This record gives sequence, C-alpha cells and structure tokens, in this order.
Amino acid sequence: MTTETMEAPAVAAPTATPPHPLREFWGYFSANHGAVAGLVVIVAVVLIALLADVIAPHSPYLTDTSIALKPPFWQEGGTLAYPLGTDPIGRDILSRLIHGARLSLLIGIFVVAISIAVGTVLGLVAGFFRGMTEIFIMRLMDIILTLPSLLLAIVIVAVLGPGLMNAMLAVALVILPHYVRLARAAVITETSKDYVTAARVSGAGTTRLMFREVLPNCTAPLIVQASLGISTAILDAAALGFLGLGAQPPSPEWGTMLADAREFVLRAWWVVTFPGLAILVTVLAFNLLGDGLRDALDPKLKR
Amino acid sequence: MLRFILTRVSLIIPTFLGITLLAFFLIRLVPGDPIETLAGERGIDPARHEQLRKEYGFDKPILVQYGIYLARVLQGDLGKSMITQEPVLSEFSALFPATIELATCAILFALLLGLPAGIIAAIRRNSIFDHGVMGISLAGYSMPIFWWGLILILLFSVQFDLTPVSGRIDVLYYIEPITGFLLVDTLLSDEPEAFWSAVRHLILPTIVLGTVPLAVIARMTRSAMLEVLGEDYIRTAKAKGLSRFRVVALHALRNALIPVVTVIGLQIGVLFTGAILTETIFSWPGVGKWLIDAIFRRDYPVLQGGALLLGVVVMSVNLLVDLAYGLINPRIRHTR
Repeated sequence: MTTETMEAPAVAAPTATPPHPLREFWGYFSANHGAVAGLVVIVAVVLIALLADVIAPHSPYLTDTSIALKPPFWQEGGTLAYPLGTDPIGRDILSRLIHGARLSLLIGIFVVAISIAVGTVLGLVAGFFRGMTEIFIMRLMDIILTLPSLLLAIVIVAVLGPGLMNAMLAVALVILPHYVRLARAAVITETSKDYVTAARVSGAGTTRLMFREVLPNCTAPLIVQASLGISTAILDAAALGFLGLGAQPPSPEWGTMLADAREFVLRAWWVVTFPGLAILVTVLAFNLLGDGLRDALDPKLKR
Repeated sequence: MLRFILTRVSLIIPTFLGITLLAFFLIRLVPGDPIETLAGERGIDPARHEQLRKEYGFDKPILVQYGIYLARVLQGDLGKSMITQEPVLSEFSALFPATIELATCAILFALLLGLPAGIIAAIRRNSIFDHGVMGISLAGYSMPIFWWGLILILLFSVQFDLTPVSGRIDVLYYIEPITGFLLVDTLLSDEPEAFWSAVRHLILPTIVLGTVPLAVIARMTRSAMLEVLGEDYIRTAKAKGLSRFRVVALHALRNALIPVVTVIGLQIGVLFTGAILTETIFSWPGVGKWLIDAIFRRDYPVLQGGALLLGVVVMSVNLLVDLAYGLINPRIRHTR
C-alpha cells in the first residue's frame, strides 16, 4: 500500500503573540471531524489492548469442540456467552479479537519505531554528508521503493522463515525509504538556515547539529508519516499473516485468524467477517488520524 | 527531450543491478548449504554435490559468483523449478497473461469509476456526493483486500449464487491458449458460452484488485480538479461564456489529468502486490499464486527468478510512466 510522502514544511511565519503551539495544533486538529473520530477509535483500541486480560470473557486459546462454530448471539443457536460466536475449534471470537488488538498495535508501533529510528539516522547522514554516501543511501532506498512493498516483504519472509518477528522486520524494511527521504529532505532545507550556521560557528559538532539542532525541527512530517506508517504496517503484517507467513496459529493476530477461518467462509460468515472488520476499522482510524495530523501540522495548508 | 529520455533510461541500470543483487543475496540468506537448498529436501549424493558446486560456481569468490549469476540472468537463464524442472522463465511467461488480464480489468474498473467520481466530487464540492465519495474512498484505501475478497465471495457467490468462487473459467470448457488472455481466446474459440463463463469468473477478482486503485484515483482526481478549478484561466474560460461542460471537460480536466497519470502509473506496482493476495483468494492461476505456492514448496529458484521478473516488470512500467509524463508535461522535461 502506498502512503503519501509529505514534503518538508516551510517554517511558519511568526505572528505578534503566537498561541501556545499545542493549543494552536489542537485548534486545527479538532476542526477535522474525521481526525477526531480516528483518534477516538485509536484510544478505544489502545484501552482494549491494555485491558485485554480483564475485559476478554474467555481465554483466546481455550478450545472446546463441543461449542465449535456457534453463531453470534443475535442469530439462532447463538448465546450471549459467546457474543460474536466461536471459531471452528470452539474458541471465543470476541476474546481473540480483543487479544488481537494488542498484537496489531504492538506490530504497528514496533515496525514504525524501527523504521523511524533507522530511517532518520540514514536520512540525517545522507543529508549531512552528501556526496557518495548520499548517492549510495538514496539509490538503495529508490530500489526498495521500486519493488512492490508486499512482494518484497513476502520474499524476505520466505527467506528468513515465516513468523511474526520476521514479518515485522520485513515490513519495517519496506516502509523505511519514506522516513529516509523525509529526514533527508528536511535536513537539506534546514541546514541552509541561519540557526544551523550559528550553531556551527559557535562550535557545535556534526552529531550535535544533526540530533540537537536539525532533528527537532523536522519532526512534524515524521509524526504524520508515522501515523500513516502504522496503518501500512498493520495492513501488511495482517496480509502476511493471511498468507501464512506472519504470526503463526494459534496466535490471535487478525490476519492469521482470517487465514485459519478461510475454508469455513461458506459455512460460517462470522468467522471471517469480524477479524477483517477489526483490521479495516483500525487501519481507517490511523489513516484518518494521519490526514488530520498533516492538515494541522503542515503550515502550508494553514488558513 | 532526447536528453531527458537518455537520463531517465540510464537511471534504471543501477536499479536493475540492485534488484539482481537482492535476488542473488536473498537465496544465500536461506540458512544451510545453497546446493542442498536448491536440491530440495530429498538430499543429494556427494559426487553430484561437487559437480553442482562447480557448475554454479560456489567454489569461486562471491563477486565472481554474482558476475556469473548476472551473466546468466542477462541471457534469460533464471534456473529451473525444483518441483517441475521447467525453466523459471517459461513458467513465468505461461502464467503472466492471466495476471495481466486481471490487472488490466482492475485498472480499467478503477479508472471508469474513479475518474468520474473524482470529477463530480470536485465540481460539487462539499455536497453529499462529495462527502460520500471521499468517505468510501478512504475506506477503500484502508481496505484489507484479502478480507474484502472473502466478503464478496460470501455475498455474491454464497448468498446470491451470482458468481463463481474461484478459477478463471468453468472446467467444462477447454480453450486452446492462443494469446493467453482468456477473454480474447474464448472469443476466438467456437464456444460463445465460454466467453461469458470467463467474464463471470473475472468480476469478483477485478473488484477486489481494483478497490485500492479506485480509492486512490478518485481522491487524486478530486484534489487535482479542485486545484485546477481555482486557476485564473478557468475563470477566464467561464467569463468568456463557455458552457460548463466545455470548461470542465476541455480546460480543467486536461490539466488535472497530469498528476492523475502519475498516480495511475504508481498504482501498477501496487496492483502486482494486490494480485498476489487476490490470486491466492480466488485460486487465479497467475504469477502471484505461483510465487506463494513456490514459497510453501520451498522452490527457491522460482521464488528468486519470479521476484526478479516481477521487479523488472514494475521497474519497466515505472520507466514508461515517467517517459509518458515527460511527454505530456513539458515542465518536467525542461527542468532536468
């Protein structure tokens, strides 16, 4: 899935008495209803993930073939004890979804954290040292971008072996170029500014310039990209899980749940419907949040 | 213009080398001895092992090995499948038309719905239609298409029995492959019923694969149109008293299409990724399903060769899109 890459924003023109940056940010952000809805859903998913052990009615791993393929409670044969029904080996679907939220969030955060950490450093290095180093790094990123993201992830996982860890590393590598490009572009616009020159003249070393002076000034596009990146990570990791290359059964990862239930699609609609719905809602929420953050943080779009 | 073409074409050389390097080293990342990996799980006797080691050049330095591999790739030798013993290239070319057929239908579906939806949404900005299109396209953009496929099967195949669940055509028909595209081959055959069978098999996979590009194209068309509609020359055109249709279709759309073309080009790479998932869901006999099957059979030559070929296809499409972009937008070719 492609994510839109933002260009580095120009610096906002200072006004006479600027409001506190956070207050100003919230003003722009809350005007966007979609973004607020996304934020609410994300907070809800985070709470569900944190409280999974408390709110899940059953164990996500407990099998009981005597109650296999029970429909949701509003259908005939369903009970409120298993509100969203049970899967082919009698596990409670709701409980598995709740524990799956934990996995999906961890996947998203872990993947994006790795990508941002590695990508920012590579981008800063490329932007500061220019020359051969820059050409080498940027060409490498271009090659990664050329290959369809899921294809590359699939090949990497096929070689490293299926599993959640390898799937996360593969997805992290695949979304890496976005962060490298962002960081490099931001560095190049920032380094020509007076405050960087001032810091350099007063004797700051390259490392200090990179991390203390320039990096804090290019966080806005990175934050936006991180939100969009989490949605890509959740989606791609679920796709790998669906193909049998990501998290392995009996893990309640949403994509893996779909793969387990695939052959029962003709007999029991609920085993495939709910896990996919969970993926869709979560991914949608992060995309809405990302769009809202971009509108609020990008000074070029400010009214 | 020639300079622009030459610069852009020469840029694919490092990319191509990068893809071959990736394919070359990935196979070496597989834990264990590469010959045994290539030979499969049955094992291999020591004499043959030694012979193959020499044949593949595993006794030479790694850079020489890469040179040998690159030379073989350039001659079209991508190795043989461990399962079928067929050359990877000929297996790929036999299956690729099925993927192209599906991808073409998907992008047409996306364009036919996405362009008008985006244009109307832009003209009627902030109307219910606009909000509807944007909402649906955001959902399409976030769609896990492997789930979407299952839901469509559930609705159309199971609930209403309208479309088949999997495959390219009913098993009743045997169609001699002429072009490899079933829609064409069935029309050339003497069985008109077969064509409709092929069409019915195509519907669901087309929708599934076309959903993400549809969402992206609708969004992009809308924002490009909005930008263009605010330009001075549109006001001039309106002030001249041109009809609303002329202003939109001739003055605005032409300029709005430029960014849309790029997005369509970029979607082609995404389409091949989506094809892997779509083909797996619908048992569509294309290269995507072939690659996934290869992974589970541990058929490493197919995986290596197939990934390389798909990478090269996407790279070539991107090149063509860039060149086309330079052709329709003079600003691009003059700035380089």
